[in-house]
Amino acid sequence: MTALLASLRIALRALLVNKMRSALTMLGIVIGVGAVIAMIAVGSGAKKRIADQIASMGSNLFVVLSGSATSGGMRWGSGTVPTLTADDAKAIATEIPGVKYVAPSYNGVAQIVFGNQNWSTVVHGSTSELFEIRDWQFVSGRSFTQLDIDGAAKVCILGKTVVDNLFGGIDPIGQIVRIRKFPFTVIGVLAGKGQSAWGQDQDDIIFVPLTTAQKRLFGMQFPGMVRSISVQAHGPEVMKEVESQIVDLLRQRHRLQPAQENDFSVRNLTEVASSAEESAKVMSLLLGAIASISLIVGGIGIMNIMLVSVTERTREIGIRIAVGAKGKDILLQFLIESMVLSLVGGLLGIGVGIAGTLILSSITQWPTLFSVQAILLAFLFSGSVGVFFGFYPARKASLLNPIEALRYE
Amino acid sequence: MEPLIQIKDLVKVYSLGEMEVKALRGVSLSIERSEFVAVMGASGSGKSTFMNILGFLDRPTSGQYLLEGIEGEHLSRDELAEIRNQKIGFVFQGFNLLSRTSAIENVRLPLIYAHHPSRKRQEMAEKALSAVGLKGREHHHPSQLSGGEQQRVAIARALVNQPSILLADEPTGNLDSKTSEEIMTIFKKLNQEMGITIVMITHEPDIAAYGKRKVLFKDGRIVEDSVS
Repeated sequence: MTALLASLRIALRALLVNKMRSALTMLGIVIGVGAVIAMIAVGSGAKKRIADQIASMGSNLFVVLSGSATSGGMRWGSGTVPTLTADDAKAIATEIPGVKYVAPSYNGVAQIVFGNQNWSTVVHGSTSELFEIRDWQFVSGRSFTQLDIDGAAKVCILGKTVVDNLFGGIDPIGQIVRIRKFPFTVIGVLAGKGQSAWGQDQDDIIFVPLTTAQKRLFGMQFPGMVRSISVQAHGPEVMKEVESQIVDLLRQRHRLQPAQENDFSVRNLTEVASSAEESAKVMSLLLGAIASISLIVGGIGIMNIMLVSVTERTREIGIRIAVGAKGKDILLQFLIESMVLSLVGGLLGIGVGIAGTLILSSITQWPTLFSVQAILLAFLFSGSVGVFFGFYPARKASLLNPIEALRYE
Repeated sequence: MEPLIQIKDLVKVYSLGEMEVKALRGVSLSIERSEFVAVMGASGSGKSTFMNILGFLDRPTSGQYLLEGIEGEHLSRDELAEIRNQKIGFVFQGFNLLSRTSAIENVRLPLIYAHHPSRKRQEMAEKALSAVGLKGREHHHPSQLSGGEQQRVAIARALVNQPSILLADEPTGNLDSKTSEEIMTIFKKLNQEMGITIVMITHEPDIAAYGKRKVLFKDGRIVEDSVS
């Protein structure tokens, strides 16, 4: 213990003698640790945002879209030919056992007016199941009742962005807004969900009963027509099964011959989202790896300086060995020097990394997330860099021949 | 009582590539406690090699060297370091003090490797410094001391562990004649009053005259061994 303390004191003194050199050597580690911490914070921030967005979208989710139109050999995008009906949705709900909730949707864009304010947004006709599927909470008011749906009631539920733009601090519940000149009573306000995984503002939306959208607002090419059907399965294990059952059921209902293509498409949104999460994970791993390289470069800087230091102090080492320093005393002295460099550099690097991340996130508005594990890991890594890169020079010093070392000029 | 140092047929051969240099060609010698031996010889006569072996800094090619009955031949590097630390004090021509380190810290250096508690280290170092007449200059750095004072710090460092033998390699080689005299007076005092055994290399006859016994090396052999 006293030997260790003595070595520590010798090492600190040697480092203080060359303040500038020690500081510059440390800088390599400071930058390395700082970069690791900042990059991991940025990476895990991005990962967390995507995970949040996936949670906000709802889990185990399918969206069934109308088919694509073909005219003169040219195919249009999904939903260009309306093929789905509210009855299809009802059939999916009743005939497929793995399905938890089904919500048919019919939407369009319309101008909303309240008092002297107006706002253009998506008007989404659906049923109350949609809020269950997307796990969407109400800030105030209520969801649609069966009566609202059956009677095509002129009621609406507002997203947060719409409330913010139309109602300056007024409680919207019970107020009348005009959608395409029809008066609608606001019955509910939804909690904010933020951006979707695709960057859309999910709160810029108004919900009306499905039937209201179909009959009063946007009209229909045929009765019961819907643009999409959201389906939530009971769990991830039945997703595959439910998907093929939906396809079979809809082909049968649409009377498609085996040779005909589907006139609809089923998308597994959870799969899309988890691949986005996967790429975020790869990205944060990559960022961390690149930052680690700078830490290793910092370590090589330490080794370089320690080698110079050992050569410069050959005579000192010779004196120490002559008066009775053992190999391990010399080894420890230089190893402690490199460890002090890397650990102090690591501590400063933690500060620099946190400060850098905060500055970066305030400028770019990127979400960042610090984790204690990542910080500890970076610190421990910097310590081991000190040991690893300090060992060779220290061993070289401890093996010097005292006679030659004493003669060294 | 057995002699402090017993040397028999000591041979040291350096191989420089193809060439073999015989630095010592069979040296036999014994030194009793409290002797003051001056080792003389031209450069290349083997006296420095002899001194390195005496100080356990080097190993002989053949022959026997016993210090207080201990033989270094089969000891490890670290065990030799421990013997140097406990039994041998070195004084070099170039002082070999650690620069940027105060006098007392230089003197404490052997004690650090002997793992004495720090209070004891301080006491022993202060005592050694006052024995060479440097009381009050403990916190001066080598650059603030004269050559003679630096060599006195080196002597204090050599003495601090109460070694069996003090080995001095041209201790006055870098000093003027007046300072040399001061240093030799200290050596004489240490030998006469404290009974410390000293082996000193020098090529100056008037410095060698301070020794009680003179050993002359020539071509790796002792050619003269006389007590004055």
